[in-house]
Amino acid sequence: MPVSPMRGGSRLERVLRSGRFAVTAELNPPDSADPQSVYDRALVLSSVCDAINATDASGANVHMSSMGVCALLTRAGYEPVMQMSCRDRNRIAMQGDLLGAAAMGVKNVLCLTGDGVQAGDQPEARPVFDLDSITLLRTLRTLRDKGRFLSGRKLEEPPKVFLGAAENPFAPPYDVRPKRLGKKVEAGADFIQTQYCFDVTRLKQFMAAACDMGLDQQVFVLVGVGPLRSAKAAEWMRDKVPGVVIPDVVVDRLKGVPKEQQAKEGKSICIEIIQQVQEIPGVRGVHVMAYRQEELVAEIIEEAGLLARRQRESMAAPDVPRVGSASPRP
Amino acid sequence: MERLFVRVERLSKGLIFDCRMCGQCILHSTGMTCPMTCPKNLRNGPCGGVRPDGHCEVVPAMPCVWMQAWERSKQMSMYGKAILQVQPPLNRSLQGTSAWVNDLNGVAQKTPAGWEQ
Repeated sequence: MPVSPMRGGSRLERVLRSGRFAVTAELNPPDSADPQSVYDRALVLSSVCDAINATDASGANVHMSSMGVCALLTRAGYEPVMQMSCRDRNRIAMQGDLLGAAAMGVKNVLCLTGDGVQAGDQPEARPVFDLDSITLLRTLRTLRDKGRFLSGRKLEEPPKVFLGAAENPFAPPYDVRPKRLGKKVEAGADFIQTQYCFDVTRLKQFMAAACDMGLDQQVFVLVGVGPLRSAKAAEWMRDKVPGVVIPDVVVDRLKGVPKEQQAKEGKSICIEIIQQVQEIPGVRGVHVMAYRQEELVAEIIEEAGLLARRQRESMAAPDVPRVGSASPRP
Repeated sequence: MERLFVRVERLSKGLIFDCRMCGQCILHSTGMTCPMTCPKNLRNGPCGGVRPDGHCEVVPAMPCVWMQAWERSKQMSMYGKAILQVQPPLNRSLQGTSAWVNDLNGVAQKTPAGWEQ
């Protein structure tokens, strides 16, 4: 278990440090200016997870901003993980946004390079990519730990944030992925949320290499998981969403059942993967991404046996809030 | 004088490495593969979008620049390990200037004042 000092003091950080198996979930931001559309989604997630990820125009599709979603979530007492992508903002904007977010109560930030604009609904947009995920991590760590901007200018009050990054063990070059994880840790990552895992064998190889490098002692790894709605949805994701790798065996298994039962099968696959990844050394939690199926997250967490596990563990670590107890309703 | 350097550098490195004249050359840290040819301009790649066939997320016809960089670094006895170092953010104001001149006068090595090495 990482023994470094507390970074930002967020609930997610305390849960991970206590040794409890953490659960985070992704909130799909609405195409709406109505705050209720955010709260409706947050409500179904909050009872089973330690923090809610607010995505930042993922897949380069425009939605409500992660900053806006986080403002609403912190206002209602939820714990967000604010995702920040380098695709749409330069270093000036991102440093300012970190201060604004921290002032609103955001305590977890996920630093991403971001999907290319070609993947989204407005491929004509100009991609920024002034920084990359690793230089963003180091920059935000400097704000937090040194109390300085990248320019060297001093802050009056540094932001207290738990810094995260993504990694994709399922994309080539496979032997480089653990090394790049090492670079992210060196740049300042306190926790990692991986891309969707549909290939447990590949994940095991990745985690074994990471553990050999001692990275499991320096960073908390949460494995990305999610239910596939149908064989067609799986094929669409595999073709359209950058970085998502779904092996043929998974698609074939979905195709092997009648259409109306594919969603149930997709959920079963997700639950099986959660149960398998829990046993892998170095894995400290799961990150559930249920694209437009938020209502399924609670069922998945419960049926995977995670609620029972988490309740057992919270008895052993009473200093952190119990499951579902720290998220007041809006 | 500097204009001459820019011209020679653009011509020679452009031909050999498809150089984009970022003015802060790190070819020896990237297996002699120009990172600025990555459509996301990553200085610390590869990103998580590399396709299963090893091609680029943004330009599917193009092999991932950073996969080549890591592969070629393995062949380099002297600078092969340099790819493991965290590269600082690029100084965008040096775009179009000569990295040779910037190397000699120390501008290329200068990182933002707050950057921790």
